[in-house]
Amino acid sequence: MDMMKKVPVREQDPKVRATNFEEVCYGYNEEEAVMEASRCLNCKNARCVNGCPVKIDIPAFISQVKEKDYIGAANTIAKSSALPAVCGRVCPQESQCEGQCVRGIKGEAVSIGKLERFVADWSREHGFVPEASAEKKGKKVAVIGSGPAGLTCAGDLAKLGYDVTIFEALHEPGGVLTYGIPEFRLPKQAVVQPEIDNVRKLGVKIETNVIIGKSVTIDELMDDEGYSAVFIGSGAGLPRFMGIPGENANGVFSANEYLTRSNLMKAFREDYDTPIAAGKKVVVVGGGNVAMDAARTALRLGAEVHVVYRRSEKELPARAEEVHHAKEEGIIFNLLTNPVEILTDEKGWVKGMVVRKMELGEPDASGRRRPVEVAGSDFTIDVDTVIMALGTSPNPLISSTTDGLETNKHKCIVASEENGQTSREGVFAGGDAVTGAATVILAMEAGRAGARGIDEYLSGK
Amino acid sequence: MYPILEAKMLADKIYLMVLKAPRISKNCQPGEFVIVKIDEEGERIPLTICDYDREKETITIVFQTVGASTERMAGLKAGDSFRDVVGPLGNPSEFVKEDPEELKKKKYLFVAGGVGTAPVYPQVKWMKEHGIEADVIMGSKTKDLLILEDEMREVAGNLYVTTDDGSYCRKGMVTEVIKDLVENQGKKYDVCVAIGPMIMMKFVCLLTKELGIPTIVSLNPIMVDGTGMCGACRVTVGDQVKFACVDGPEFDGHAVNFDEAMKRQQMYKTEEGRALLKLQEGATHHGGCGNCSD
Repeated sequence: MDMMKKVPVREQDPKVRATNFEEVCYGYNEEEAVMEASRCLNCKNARCVNGCPVKIDIPAFISQVKEKDYIGAANTIAKSSALPAVCGRVCPQESQCEGQCVRGIKGEAVSIGKLERFVADWSREHGFVPEASAEKKGKKVAVIGSGPAGLTCAGDLAKLGYDVTIFEALHEPGGVLTYGIPEFRLPKQAVVQPEIDNVRKLGVKIETNVIIGKSVTIDELMDDEGYSAVFIGSGAGLPRFMGIPGENANGVFSANEYLTRSNLMKAFREDYDTPIAAGKKVVVVGGGNVAMDAARTALRLGAEVHVVYRRSEKELPARAEEVHHAKEEGIIFNLLTNPVEILTDEKGWVKGMVVRKMELGEPDASGRRRPVEVAGSDFTIDVDTVIMALGTSPNPLISSTTDGLETNKHKCIVASEENGQTSREGVFAGGDAVTGAATVILAMEAGRAGARGIDEYLSGK
Repeated sequence: MYPILEAKMLADKIYLMVLKAPRISKNCQPGEFVIVKIDEEGERIPLTICDYDREKETITIVFQTVGASTERMAGLKAGDSFRDVVGPLGNPSEFVKEDPEELKKKKYLFVAGGVGTAPVYPQVKWMKEHGIEADVIMGSKTKDLLILEDEMREVAGNLYVTTDDGSYCRKGMVTEVIKDLVENQGKKYDVCVAIGPMIMMKFVCLLTKELGIPTIVSLNPIMVDGTGMCGACRVTVGDQVKFACVDGPEFDGHAVNFDEAMKRQQMYKTEEGRALLKLQEGATHHGGCGNCSD
């Protein structure tokens, strides 16, 4: 084997997978995992650990994989991460752990994400279950939202002996893991459900169909229902639109709507009631992971799909692996292009999109080169479906119904990074509700910090 | 699970159900709605809360069968359950937040069209409970389709019933009744609340604008989550895009772009037609009839 290169991972053929919703990447088998683990140099001052937001002891678990001690590896990961089967799949490792790997200087970084995924999948298939706490603290904590932040926070608190209930607005728990990230990247039955079940096995109760701020308020939870502390992990689920003419035409969707119909409501399946407008020619506007997910979903529903993005390929915020997969499957990228207007027919349906060419100017505050319009470059593309994947912001429902909960100008809840403490006593927050849309692993880190903060607060009482 | 305690047919294709839903019953207000989902495979359907009993922990919903999902709902009986019922969603009607003493100085006119009578009922009932006599116009296509007449008579000040075909009480559209009350009978109204089919609300608004009566409508666009995370229910009000599920469902009727809203309601017409055919006849394509072009 070539020690400079990653052990390749088996994947579904692009032509075949473009027509189904099954997982693209098959992951490593035992032999491949052990071989890849042997590429790790077991650095003393492991830089990869610093690249991981929750600081998993990466060299330790990889050594255990090398020795085929998979349970040991699972225990090592479990000390830092509650959702390894998810994070191994969806973390942007190239800019986190793998981006720091010494192997990556001259060759390819060790496949840390795929190894983490292997350990998590192996331990699930072999019935490894996390340990519940024997000690009971006799205090109730409410967790709002069952996405990565809420699940992590609830799991950690349950391990410490608290009586935890998660309140979820939708009819299924999981947050973005359930409604946002598609089946072909993150299987729901095989991966997401078991990880949520693991949190339940720790004693955490999950109450679905409860909208905090409407069904019940935070004050009612604390004053009437006996909760001593609350963690808000309600995410950033409010979609943005461009505000261009024609945006309310039939056939224009937010990526959230499109993905919710497909992932949560299973509109891609014949035996489910929710419809979805598949479209023959679809334009997805945006360049992040959500744009890639929407584009690849539309492709699987039978459409020709274009991604329209105003910067160049280098600035695409999506993970490199997802862009690569999208291209392999036949997604067409129209870069340095920005929508100006959506054209409609007499029945109100999308029939075309006027777009403008862009070129890159000086770097902006984010360090990326600012796109500048090229005058007189407008042209029209024929299209029947448009999906807007422009990002999301926090839903103001909770902050507007909770007195004394401070938010910033982006409607994000103000909370300490260290322990999640908000401006309200006993109320903690973390994840996208605080930072705006970010990553699964950062939400988990915030959930963990919130659990720590709540434990300190309740222990001091 | 959310048990169905009572299920009955009010008129052809119109059904009423009383559901056990403690959290919703405890906090709901007139003007708000719920989303129901029958079972694992079901879709999420928004329905206005048309009554509630806080002691019995129940809410009442009324729906009309218009497609496969509501057809399937109509088949449920007392003792069955919904897998999911979530709410209360949306904002309460504006008057709920007003000072009842101030409210008493205003004259309200409620206009209910067809199954829209159901969401009007809790509002008029709230008015009655707060000592306010509101006038109510109820319109339906024919006598057989009229619902909740006795219940409404109980809570309304003056009740005016009209049918399109004249089979009961007056003959004609609700707009004709409004015109008659204001122009011939010299009634003065400070606020009109109109709830019913989109086309009815549009024409009521055109008229009340002429008559100078501020008008509130309750919109019923397509929804998915109902919590503001997808924008399926977006409508244009004035020069702004609003999400009906979190900014509404009630809006200033004189500012609503009804033509756009009506077009958006048709978005899944073909899919809905297919789903209904599949449910009723086990097949989606008959072919050759030539009636499916629209």
